[in-house]
Amino acid sequence: MKRYIDILLNGLVKENPVFVLVLGMCPTLATTSSAINGLSMGLATCFVLICSNLVISLIKNITPDKVHIPVYICIIATFVTVLQMLLAAYVPEVNASLGIFIPLIVVNCIILGRAESFASKHGPLESIFDGIGIGLGFAFALTLLGGCREFLGTGKIFDLTVFPEDFGALMFVLPPGAFITLGFLTAIVNKIRGVKN
Amino acid sequence: MKKLSNSLLNMTVVLTATAIVTGGLLAFVNSVTEGPIKEVNEQATKDGIVKVMGGNPNIKTKTDSVKIDDKTFVVYNVTDENGNAIGNAVESTTMGFGGDLKVLTGFDAEGNILGYTILGHAETPGLGAKATDWFQKGGKGDIIGKNPAKNNLTVSKDGGEVDAITASTITSRAFLKAVNEAYTASAQAAPATDCNTQATVAAADSVNANVEEAK
Amino acid sequence: MEYLLIFIAAIFVNNVVLSQFLGICPFLGVSKKVSTATGMGAAVTFVLTLATIVTFLIQTYILTPNNLNYLQTLTFILVIASLVQMVEIVLKKVSPALYGALGVFLPLITTNCCVLGVAIGVIQKNYNLLQSVVYAFATAIGFALALIIFAAIREQLDLVELPKGVKGISIVMITAGLLSLAFMGFSGVDGGLKLLFGI
Repeated sequence: MKRYIDILLNGLVKENPVFVLVLGMCPTLATTSSAINGLSMGLATCFVLICSNLVISLIKNITPDKVHIPVYICIIATFVTVLQMLLAAYVPEVNASLGIFIPLIVVNCIILGRAESFASKHGPLESIFDGIGIGLGFAFALTLLGGCREFLGTGKIFDLTVFPEDFGALMFVLPPGAFITLGFLTAIVNKIRGVKN
Repeated sequence: MKKLSNSLLNMTVVLTATAIVTGGLLAFVNSVTEGPIKEVNEQATKDGIVKVMGGNPNIKTKTDSVKIDDKTFVVYNVTDENGNAIGNAVESTTMGFGGDLKVLTGFDAEGNILGYTILGHAETPGLGAKATDWFQKGGKGDIIGKNPAKNNLTVSKDGGEVDAITASTITSRAFLKAVNEAYTASAQAAPATDCNTQATVAAADSVNANVEEAK
Repeated sequence: MEYLLIFIAAIFVNNVVLSQFLGICPFLGVSKKVSTATGMGAAVTFVLTLATIVTFLIQTYILTPNNLNYLQTLTFILVIASLVQMVEIVLKKVSPALYGALGVFLPLITTNCCVLGVAIGVIQKNYNLLQSVVYAFATAIGFALALIIFAAIREQLDLVELPKGVKGISIVMITAGLLSLAFMGFSGVDGGLKLLFGI
């Protein structure tokens, strides 16, 4: 059991995909204009990651090495499309606010990266836990970033007003704010982790 | 279990199998979600019309399109549950600050504005995006109840009688242009006529047909 | 005129990296030196334009007529991946010099989301073939421009004393933010041009 918890924590903290591995930057920056958008994108990616990790760990032995990349891409693209259709049918608001970044989960390097470096070498159960850990780590980072931007830009967190919108620094909701907020958050995370450069 | 070798046969079989399985799965999910997605879109169109036509949820609509100078406008003739005409709801698109600004405006039979809703925009969040509330009843640039034929619906900077959104004159201009264009289209479209039950059923069908076409 | 407008808007106003957030990974990854940035920019321009033409044709002649829209993501990413491989093989044979210059960047392009993003984007925008090509080419130029400017800034940044915490990816992000802020100055330019030319 301890092994699985280690795998889980590894993804959440030690190998956090955004702050430590610096992967999947496009959705990280683009969809975090508010905490709720960040959270939805994080969970969407988490779903695809868990499914693809599971399936890839199951079929890893019946896939010849030379064709493993196209097969993995097929599997990931399938889950992404399934997710896209489900969102459009049952939660259209999320589909509308994430827009083109749902199909772009396919090219999120986190997913193919985990498939290559973890799922193709481990069993199904471990791969699921890795998917949950990394996926939640990603969702957590996106929610944190979205929350910071929403708070600084509009004075709200999850749509709850903390200070009046007129005092917000609008720039943080706009594209430049995404880069700058992430830059400072990474600096804080580096400080906490005690990275020596 | 040992890994399968890289023989041509193995690779072909694995790739074909992957293609068949993924294609099949997608076709299945597509068939399951197709209906709900269609319903969601139809409901969204209907909700928009209800919102701009005074809030009566039992309205019936008939879809029409009007072409003015190469621009096509979708016009919904709206009647209440008894077949009495309420007016027209019109979709119009103009170029805003960040991209297309798509507005649905409701007019009564005399051309007075009943309501509006922004269907899509790419304006700056927190500035141009304020158009969603700014021009509503009680907002600073209230246009509800005004008539584009009698009132000069342009921003005060251009000599009109509407207060522009603070720091977003371009969005305000684009919005009012959309409303004025919608009015022209509404005036050219057939007025909403009183209709009997049979025609109403046909009307409801034509809305569905239109939604499908739109997709 | 209309094409010129698409061109200018895609390079400056809606810059693919700095305002649409597509292709951030290579933007951060290969922007340490101006020379590599130029190579990457050229490779992306080549592949992006080619991929958009191919995916546009597939969408128009295969997916739409057969109502297979749900296979869009799957088909496009496979097409892009195989196209990149093909370009690599062809370049190696036909023009070894060009391959030497672009070769190392080609495999990286498959997972560059601006290729898939533009391919899906032109379909969503209902562009025709010529508009799509112009848009794709301009987007790629915008990518290359942002990448090269950014690389030049980073070369200078290496000479600066920085606090420990912001070293590495952190200061890179903040710099990108300031560059993005500068590009925001272009917003509204396309609307102005539209008025000027009366489109």
